[in-house]
Amino acid sequence: MGFAASVIGGLAALFAIAAGLRAVARISLKGQARSLAHDIPLTAAFGLLVIAIYTFVAIAAPALAPFPERDIVGGQFQAWSAEHWLGTDRIGRDMLSRLIYGARNTVGIAFLTTALAFVVGTILGLYAALVGGWLDQALSRFVDALMAIPALIFSLLLLTIFGTSVLTLILVIAAVDATRVFRLARAVAQGIVVMDYIEAAKLRGEGSWFLIRREILPNATAPLVAEFGLRFCFVFLAISSLSFLGLGIQPPTADWGSMVKDNATLITFGDVTPLLPAGCIALLTVAVNFVVDWQLHRASGLKEQ
Amino acid sequence: MIATRIALGIGLLFIVSVVIFGATELLPGDLANELLGQSATPETLAALREQLGLNDPAPVRYWNWLTGALTGDFGVSMANGRPIADLIGARLGNTVFLALYAAALSVPISLILGVLAALWRNSIFDRAANAGALTAISFPEFFVAYILVLWLAQTGLFPSMVRINPTTTFGDRLYMTFLPALTLMLVVTAHMMRMTRAAIINLMASPYIEMARLKGMSPLRIVLRHALPNALAPIINVIALNLAYLITGVVVVEVVFVYPGLGQLMVDAVSNRDIAVVQAVALIFAAAYVALNLLADVLSTITNPRLMHRR
Repeated sequence: MGFAASVIGGLAALFAIAAGLRAVARISLKGQARSLAHDIPLTAAFGLLVIAIYTFVAIAAPALAPFPERDIVGGQFQAWSAEHWLGTDRIGRDMLSRLIYGARNTVGIAFLTTALAFVVGTILGLYAALVGGWLDQALSRFVDALMAIPALIFSLLLLTIFGTSVLTLILVIAAVDATRVFRLARAVAQGIVVMDYIEAAKLRGEGSWFLIRREILPNATAPLVAEFGLRFCFVFLAISSLSFLGLGIQPPTADWGSMVKDNATLITFGDVTPLLPAGCIALLTVAVNFVVDWQLHRASGLKEQ
Repeated sequence: MIATRIALGIGLLFIVSVVIFGATELLPGDLANELLGQSATPETLAALREQLGLNDPAPVRYWNWLTGALTGDFGVSMANGRPIADLIGARLGNTVFLALYAAALSVPISLILGVLAALWRNSIFDRAANAGALTAISFPEFFVAYILVLWLAQTGLFPSMVRINPTTTFGDRLYMTFLPALTLMLVVTAHMMRMTRAAIINLMASPYIEMARLKGMSPLRIVLRHALPNALAPIINVIALNLAYLITGVVVVEVVFVYPGLGQLMVDAVSNRDIAVVQAVALIFAAAYVALNLLADVLSTITNPRLMHRR
């Protein structure tokens, strides 16, 4: 299979570039950044490189894409050619351009949703841990009840009720994932609120918002950052799955999940094109996971034996 | 102790049913308003409300819905007016079959891989298995499914679509559902394997393992006889959690392979906004999920004598 070989070759090249960049960073950087560069495993360097590439593609999408996102520029299901590098889709839109715009739409929406879930979940979780008492109990039991329903099933239920649009998609997924973030933020904060410095700050007469922002949050950063990465992966996969099911991001907006679904018939003819968007999803999730793994390792203070 | 846990589980199930039912009450107007949208006239609205039974107060409707669901009567579908119990009937069996099939494949494989990875810690095998697991966790289910279709169905080894009818024999069924089951297996094995490895490695530092080692026991025997029984509780937990995960996993996989199961039904119902069907299927999925978590708790209590002993 020539295609499989080129995929493996491409990944190996990315690894090589990551290794090269790491070597350059080790030589050129000074101080703390240098020890960070020494510490970073190859997988995490690869992850950072991939994330950087995705970010660049998402931002520069209009400049990179050879054709507009939604225009029909050719026949249906054209094969790979010099004009349409990855062929055209079910109604004749350029696959490569849609793949590039998909980076912007899918990743952008997933990022926005994660950020929203995170802000809501973290603030509520830290506040519940700080205040305690009946508010904490009420919120926690409520979250427990919501978490007893599988995330995808609950999202499907909410999407049926509120209808499918990008806005409801973002709100629904954010609401579902905020419960998970709440759990973690509360658990982390519970260990912090019993510390003496929180007591001291309370005696100084500081308000809840100050306590959360200046005393608890800085000490809860490490687990929360790792959770953000993991949560992003879950949100990203959830949005892709829903889009794949035809219930998420709707056409004509270019989106990786629905692109797989739309062109899936090609797979039964042995064409790999519809797998490319799915591969893009997988590559980004793997990259984020690699970086999160490294961060967790650093936070736990374990050294490789 | 186990009785309390089961009672808690039933209570949780009750709350879950309230949430699933009550979610429709979140709408600014009511369901009839939302479903008819722009085309609503007072007459059609009144007719639809009558048909959906929206004129009763919510607690009464909830009670009717719950008692109906407990006796297997989920009402009728809004899209085609057929009884939901008929729609669910055979599909429930198909979905359970697929989930059990995937579980039968994945549980032994992930246990063996996990034990081996723990045994040969930091070896090439361990590293490869770990990297593979991390990668597999990150893949969307449909990606795994289509790769399998491309590899195994293209060559004609296995069918890429599942057509089950009453005359299908058990062997045929196993053959036809192999690809969906394999997809689910690949998705859940990674997590189970990693947790098995972690649970065993955690125990390997305990004094009694050191003692066994000093006695000159073989590493395999140490792992199987001393570490594994003590690691059972976390392993059972992970297995149950992953079986629960299979419940949501089946939704996407069923759509890929056009498998006639509950997941497919639910996705269709969501796109038709057939809320009655979605609620019914969601209740079934959620009940299975809660039950599996409950089972995990009970089993891990039973495997740990210290927990069984009343303080």
